[in-house]
Parts: sequence; C-alpha cells; structure tokens
Amino acid sequence: MSEHILSSKMYYGIWIALMILTVVTARVAFIDLGPFNTVVALVIATCKALLVVLFFMHVKYASEKLVKMVIVASIFWLLLLLLLSLADYGTRYVRHA
Amino acid sequence: MSDSPAAVEQQGQHGPELLHHFTSVQQQRDAASLGMWLFLGTEIMFFGGMFLAYLIYRLWYFNEFAAGSRSLDITLGTVNTIVLICSSLTVALGVRAAQMGKRKLLIVLLLLTLIFGLAFLGIKGVEWYAKYKEHHIPGASFDVSDLIRDYPQIHIDPAHAQIYFSLYFAMTGLHALHMIIGVGLFTYLLYHAAKGRYGPEYYTPIEMGGLYWHFVDVVWIYLFPLLYLIDRKPLG
Repeated sequence: MSEHILSSKMYYGIWIALMILTVVTARVAFIDLGPFNTVVALVIATCKALLVVLFFMHVKYASEKLVKMVIVASIFWLLLLLLLSLADYGTRYVRHA
Repeated sequence: MSDSPAAVEQQGQHGPELLHHFTSVQQQRDAASLGMWLFLGTEIMFFGGMFLAYLIYRLWYFNEFAAGSRSLDITLGTVNTIVLICSSLTVALGVRAAQMGKRKLLIVLLLLTLIFGLAFLGIKGVEWYAKYKEHHIPGASFDVSDLIRDYPQIHIDPAHAQIYFSLYFAMTGLHALHMIIGVGLFTYLLYHAAKGRYGPEYYTPIEMGGLYWHFVDVVWIYLFPLLYLIDRKPLG
C-alpha cells in the first residue's frame, strides 16, 4: 500500500504498548469501578485496535484516499448497525430479568 | 487500462509484480489494497452482526453473561491475547523484511507467525475442551448447576446462560475459523517466500496476507474483553 518502510523500533514500541494494555485491561477488570468497568475495557480495546490498524496495517501512512474512505465507511456502517439497534433495544420498557 | 500495443508486447516480460492489465506497479498495488480493504469491510459487517446479537442479549441477560464470563479461564484468555499480539508483530516485521528484500528474515518471521497462530488455536482447543468437560456447550447435555452453586449472589436462568455460551462458541468459533484460514494463507506465503518469490519489487501478497492477519487480531482484541471480562470484580 505504501512504500514507506517504518523502523523496526517503531514496531517493537507498538508491540510493547499492546502487551502493556492487555495486562492492564485484564488487571483492571478485577477492580470494582461500577459501570465504568465496561467503559474502561472498551476504551482500552479501542486503543489497541487503533494501534494495530494505524501502525501494523499502515493506515496512518496510506496514501490512497479511496482506501481510507472504504475504512471510514465500514466503521460508519458498523456504528449505524450497533448504535441504532441499541438505541431501540436499550430503551424498551420490558425488562427480561 | 488500455491495451496499447506496447503494453501487450511487454506482457511476456512481466512477472507477477506487474500484470499486463495494470499500467504501473503502483496502480496494481493500489488495486490490491483497495480490494483487500473492501473484503475486510464485508468482514467487519459479518462479525458486526455477531457483536450486535451479543450486545442485545448481554443487555437483557446481564447476570447470566456475567456468570458465564466468570467461568472462562482468564489466564488462558490473556495468554492467547498476548500470543496473537506477538504474531501481529512478526507479521508487521515480516512485511518490512519483504520490503527490504531480507528473504531469510522473512522466512523466519513467517514461520514464527505460523507457530504463534497454531499456539493460539491449541490454547483455544484446551479452553473448549474444558467447557466440554464442564457441560457448558449448548445442547442436550448443557448444565450450569455448577455456576448456580458457585455464584449464589447471582440469579442464573440456565436458558439465558445457554445464550451466552452459544454466542461464546459462535464468536470464538468463527474467529478460530479465520485463524485456521490465516494459517493456511501463511503456509502458502511461506512456501513461496522460500522459493524466493517476494522481494522489494513484489511483496503485495505478504502485505495483503498481513492485513488479513491483523484484522483477525483486531477482532480478538474486542472478543477478549467482551467475553472474558464482563464482570470480574469481587461479588458483594
């Protein structure tokens, strides 16, 4: 996709960050943060996903706008699916205990 | 684009790095990466449906999801996450090795990726076998009386717990299927790398295989907290 060659130090740095975030998310899960446990877990997961997509998948250095558009459109469509559906199911009165 | 006589004439001299229907190497690479990302877009929607089903049932049957999540082996789950992250590193370094024409390094990194991939599948198999022994696989012999006994604080309806485990097996199963396909893909890449097919002028297959591998890694990055870490805090 890009002829840009990143330094191996950069890859090792991203790898270390991903390892640290994995250990942190597994540890934090045991601390009672109330409803924020889920929020923290998803924020950490999204940080990890961003690191992988931007650096390992070279999206940060992608030159073609068309590829970036496909990526943004895919995520937008996914969010439409998740958010609109949850806006429905999450606000129904009926509780399935 | 055009079938100009010159392009057709050159056809015989061109290797896979420039097929005759492309005007330039850059155009061929851009076409490959656009196609790969479109495919990954369909994969996002494919897994997205499963994630949506998971989110809705989790909203409805949180207690059973929390208890089911507690029954998973968090140590094996964390180790598997680390294994996948290591495999993503070897893939990223492998693409770099191909870009720089380091053939031996590329072969070593592809081999390491395969080992990590197989290790992930092996650990996953161990986890599934544990679930089989515990009768946590949905079906006729499904039984969560152990969870009801272990977590008296949580109200657990076995039918709802079965939904959690159905989603657990469907999602980790589809992810494992992608891993198996990835292992096949990388065996192919390893074979051709050993024959010296990839170098600085042609490494698109390594790059596209890498995109697939990283995508499967990203899916796991979300599966891990959503399945293993739903509710691990001490029960009051």
